[in-house]
Amino acid sequence: MSTIAEKILAKASVEKREVVKPGEYLNCNIDLAMGHIALAKVAANFMGIKKKYRKVWDNEKVVGILDHFSPAPSERWALAHQMIRKFAREQNFKYFYDIKEGICHQVLPEKGHVAPGMLIVGTDSHTTTYGAFNAASCGIGYTDMTIVFIKGTLWFRVPESQLFEINGKLDKRVMSKDIILYIAGKYGTDIGTYKSMEFVGDAMDNLSIASRMTISNMSLELGAKFGFTPPDEKIIKWLKPRTDRPLELVKPDEDAKYSETFQIEVDNLEPQVACPHSVENVKPVSEVKNVKIDQAFLGSCTNGRIEDLEIAAEILKGKRIHEDVRLIVIPASQEIWLEAAERGISKILIEAGGIIGNPNCGPCFGAHMGMLAGGENCISSSNRNFKGRMGSEKAGIYLASPATVAASALTGVITDPRDI
Amino acid sequence: MVKKEWNPVLKGTVWKFGENVDTDVITPGKYLDNLGECKKHVLETLDPEFPANVKVGDIIIADKNFGCGSSRETAPEILQDMGVAAVIAPSFGRIFYRNSFSIGFPLLEADNIAEFFNKGDIAEVNIETAVVKNLTTNKTIQCKEIPKILMDILKSGGQLELLKKELKARSKAEKQNK
Ligand code: SF4
Repeated sequence: MSTIAEKILAKASVEKREVVKPGEYLNCNIDLAMGHIALAKVAANFMGIKKKYRKVWDNEKVVGILDHFSPAPSERWALAHQMIRKFAREQNFKYFYDIKEGICHQVLPEKGHVAPGMLIVGTDSHTTTYGAFNAASCGIGYTDMTIVFIKGTLWFRVPESQLFEINGKLDKRVMSKDIILYIAGKYGTDIGTYKSMEFVGDAMDNLSIASRMTISNMSLELGAKFGFTPPDEKIIKWLKPRTDRPLELVKPDEDAKYSETFQIEVDNLEPQVACPHSVENVKPVSEVKNVKIDQAFLGSCTNGRIEDLEIAAEILKGKRIHEDVRLIVIPASQEIWLEAAERGISKILIEAGGIIGNPNCGPCFGAHMGMLAGGENCISSSNRNFKGRMGSEKAGIYLASPATVAASALTGVITDPRDI
Repeated sequence: MVKKEWNPVLKGTVWKFGENVDTDVITPGKYLDNLGECKKHVLETLDPEFPANVKVGDIIIADKNFGCGSSRETAPEILQDMGVAAVIAPSFGRIFYRNSFSIGFPLLEADNIAEFFNKGDIAEVNIETAVVKNLTTNKTIQCKEIPKILMDILKSGGQLELLKKELKARSKAEKQNK
């Protein structure tokens, strides 16, 4: 009678509860706590705590990573990075990833920190990404993180769970990003507020782990607390060579209770585009065709994985992008970057006119490496198109799949990747 | 953070916003490296008067999903720092919701709250009973009550203050045991 969220929270509860119900408040033990640039604030909070208690509860359960503003674009951020390195050293973090590794949500699973059934918190909203590995994971702020670092526990409200049944076969060059954008457009970005989402159905079963990560990642944009994709053998296969953690899948009971169930058919799904300035302002690509773009961004924790670079290379192979377009490609991790180099993917993208940057968040949240000026448009594989997110408030950000980003870079206008 | 005595009754002038006010329009990413500068731009794209004219004690009333978007705690922090006493909306982005209570910044939820207020109205809010009055139009709205666990955090002035209290008690107990 329990959903995935209810099972994981019950198991994590300090009181060791057998069963929990939506709406209950629990204190839970945290299995893993990830901190990024917000660690600078956690470190500052630590200074306000009595010296003898100023210590992380378990130095093997925390992971620090520098992925935002990496390498530091200004002295101010260099200072923040310096503070964080010092904090990680003082607190004897067993796992600390400096600027070269890549984006937190890619690096943590790659390095074996994530496994089914874990309760994970991170100082980043897209921490929901680990739902693709059957972990209950969500973003928190730095004050919450300070509490976790000291006590190893945090309060949770048991969320209602929603079921998204997604069936059908995706057309060639239609990607999981198109599914999640379609859901955002159809149901709005608050459909999942405070809730745990479970995405099931044959379309979900057929997706790769990388494609599922895109959906778990963007479930946050629909308001979700957790975003689970199918708990199946693909997860075990992906994680096995990377971790020695126990790999036991947490599946919902057959009679689990869902607050809502949604049915989605993807058989004839067109590529989707979220238009400025909201993730729910979604249109099929045919309705935004011919919008002129100045920049195309392929990267971020949503779509900076090898399959994303691969499909872009397939579209751009032997061609040159439009002369008025800047194509910025940022692999999500060093592992991905290396693979792209080894397999000749990077070469194709560079020869097509792309610029490849080091693995990090890059322009996704408006830090550096591709800000927009007023009046410019960017088609982006990232997850947010809020006003001013990538620079000027007068710039327009269009969110789309890596295939649509690559096709649009080629023509200079928003383009259906199936037309190339 | 301004520390003051816990008082459940707030009275202030209303600022009104629509739905899906995201954390990026509250604290835009490009000003995050300078919160002083950031204050001059809080919510300016939605209401250009806000940064210059917001006063201590003012209350924000918005439509659904206020504070959606990123986990940046600067969003509730800066509103609190600029004097905003509370935000009332039908729903909030969940991380904004957590972060607000974490720093002792009260939020109330009521489905149709936005219909009852215009910019400039005077609101009286009782955090404990969750009753909100529009003193300009003489209407009363019952919001959802704040769960006890969050009320305790609010009354302590935020989670850090609560933690410090706990650690003090722990320290005392340890000393007595010696
Ligand atoms: S890539 Fe973008 S969305 Fe992902 S963690 Fe970095 S800033 Fe956040």
